[in-house]
Amino acid sequence: MAAVRSLKPLAGALALAFLVVLAGGALLSLATEALRGSTEGFAAFDSYLWQIARFTLLQALLSMVLSVTLAIPLAHALHAHPAFPGRAMILRLFALPLALPALVAVLGITTIYGRNGLLAAVLKAAGFDVTPNIYGLTGILIAHVFFNLPLATRLMLSSLDSIPEDYWKLSSQLGMGGWARFRLIEWPVILRNLSGIAGLIFMLCITSFTIVLTLGGGPRATTLEVAIYQSLHFDFDIARAVSLTLLQLCLTIAVLLLLSRTGRPAEEAFSLNTVTQRFDRPSSGAKFAHGMLILAALIFVGLPIAGTVVSGLAADLSRILTEPLVWRAILTSLILGAGAAAFSLVVSLGLVMAREYLATARRYAPRSAFERALDLGASLIMVVPPIVIGAGWFILSRHFVDPFSLAPIMVVSVNAAMAIPFAFRILRPSWDTAASRHNRLCSQLGIAGWNRFRLIDWPVIKRPLGAAFAFAMALSLGDLGTIALFGNNSIQTLPYLLLQRMASYRTEDAAGLALILGLLCLGLMIVADRGASSLEKIR
Amino acid sequence: MIASARPHKGASIRLDAVDFDFGDMAMHFDLVVEPSTIAAIIGPSGSGKSTLLNLIAGFEIAKTGRVLIDDTDMTDAAPALRPVSMVFQDNNLFAHLDVASNVGLGRSPNLKLSEADHAAISEAIRKVGLAGKEKRKPEALSGGERQRVAIARALVRNRPVLLLDEAFASLGPALRHEMLDLVGELQTETGMTVMMVTHHPDDALRLPSMLFFLENGKIAASGPAKEMLSDKGPALLRKYLGAKDSAL
Repeated sequence: MAAVRSLKPLAGALALAFLVVLAGGALLSLATEALRGSTEGFAAFDSYLWQIARFTLLQALLSMVLSVTLAIPLAHALHAHPAFPGRAMILRLFALPLALPALVAVLGITTIYGRNGLLAAVLKAAGFDVTPNIYGLTGILIAHVFFNLPLATRLMLSSLDSIPEDYWKLSSQLGMGGWARFRLIEWPVILRNLSGIAGLIFMLCITSFTIVLTLGGGPRATTLEVAIYQSLHFDFDIARAVSLTLLQLCLTIAVLLLLSRTGRPAEEAFSLNTVTQRFDRPSSGAKFAHGMLILAALIFVGLPIAGTVVSGLAADLSRILTEPLVWRAILTSLILGAGAAAFSLVVSLGLVMAREYLATARRYAPRSAFERALDLGASLIMVVPPIVIGAGWFILSRHFVDPFSLAPIMVVSVNAAMAIPFAFRILRPSWDTAASRHNRLCSQLGIAGWNRFRLIDWPVIKRPLGAAFAFAMALSLGDLGTIALFGNNSIQTLPYLLLQRMASYRTEDAAGLALILGLLCLGLMIVADRGASSLEKIR
Repeated sequence: MIASARPHKGASIRLDAVDFDFGDMAMHFDLVVEPSTIAAIIGPSGSGKSTLLNLIAGFEIAKTGRVLIDDTDMTDAAPALRPVSMVFQDNNLFAHLDVASNVGLGRSPNLKLSEADHAAISEAIRKVGLAGKEKRKPEALSGGERQRVAIARALVRNRPVLLLDEAFASLGPALRHEMLDLVGELQTETGMTVMMVTHHPDDALRLPSMLFFLENGKIAASGPAKEMLSDKGPALLRKYLGAKDSAL
């Protein structure tokens, strides 16, 4: 085994090099820029900047608290009623927001809570003379809870599902009531995962871009990410963008350090949760309360999705689909999305192969610095958020070329980097399991190099690759962050076009485009989900 | 290739003052297995039985000392270049390939097979009693049948040494005996040298073999299995056999 030389470490080194150049180039650009215009840059840390930073933290904190506190009773209710009518459907619905591009969800939310939304209509019919205004903190919170309540609920539910069946048998035998069960059995498990879940949601909300961009109400309700975008895209105020970006980077790293102390939430499987037998008979009062809670959550999550579909269908789809501009945007999105997905797979597979090779070769020795770097590289994008990378390269490249001409390269690279942590998590278990089964056999039979990839590895890895591709492409298709920064009239993706139509109040067009975008992403996510859950079964 | 140079003949195996560190345990092996004989290796779990086979097959590399097979120094040779075939307890087959392909990989690591190769493959599959099951995937085979495929592959590889690393441990007693008889027949026919790690001392009695008893990474006792496992065997071994011994 030791005698066979392999190209795998080289593949890993190349993958790592890409990530280091992508993130390092951006950071370097920001650092030089900050040093060069130092006085101007740091003078920019004025009260406005601090206000933005405060609001960024405040909205993330509130979103997290709301999502988590609502998720606890909801997860409890769903777990307590394995036979709740349509439970599997509800859980499937709760997976939907994750697959939905933020922009599509925002449109859905405005169809319900907006000025001309369902809520306004209902209030008016009931005789109240109030017009709901969702722009500002309210809208941001609604959207963040719409995304993160289902996520938190699913994570908590899967930790509840990890409770051994014997506990339920025992509690039933001991005659524990509902409250005692919750306090003694469920709460300790939830508590163990709570900090991880809360941290994850806090992180997601701090780096949330699209929602704040579209639902934030002007300078009073804006976050660092959006302020970076505005200072680069509209004001072209480099000094301000640099200080904002550095602040965002510090904030992200600080939160990540905090997170690493609290631990991560238990990994959630792609597949639907199994149903646990609880051996108890909830009182009819509890049944009613749980039922109402589940129903309320169902309405909260379901209405905006239904709103997207209804208003999308009401739009003049046949006209929208005859516009060459729309077709060009769809095609651009598909090409860039496929490019980003393919690229993210190449890089992730490089990392996965190299780290498995090194781990196998070192046997019982401690991990080398290179192997550790490969593991870290996979989650680099978590430390250096896409907007920081985008802003850094935008600022750097303007010395040499027109930054907007870099749009395709930047969208593909940054979206690929965004998908890497997920692709890595899908590919690695399959690859490692197969390797542990096949390594000795292959080295004995002399199957190596291309032969090994063609005959042994490819048949095993092609399904996970397919699932990861679909996932990465959906992620890229729905992303607005990078294209918002670099997009222009010559290159427009579907989300970019959608944003423009929203900005120019062509609401009906926007609704139609949102439906198209939503369906594209959803289709890809379903493919990814199918692929991933069939892997679970094989494993 | 090394194997085809000496078809149908066993090779000697010699471990010459081999040292190997398995985590914290320092292992030391000195042993000779004569050509065309059967050696059985028993001992408590963690005593180094599998490591011993891995050193011979090349999955582990000795820290010091020499591994000689057929009087040729193989200490640092890659596994594929050693005149050795090994059958593991499980994962002997590639789950996505059918029986014929799994056996065929023993002939050619890129599955480019000649007419003669195909003939040899069919013959080996017939010899292990799997004729007609060439197109089956491993999932459609029983545990015993899977190990037969692995043995068929060892046959087409035609290497003078066969290592069995608890290859039949997951099979029931009757099936295990059946497999041992098959190995015995093939050994008589081809004259290959067989080394097998086993948990069952009676495996060593079923085939005429030398017995090596391992303890703490060292060979604590060795000799013909019949003598070693009798009442006159070493006290060390009788202690290990313990309850089983008194039950006999």
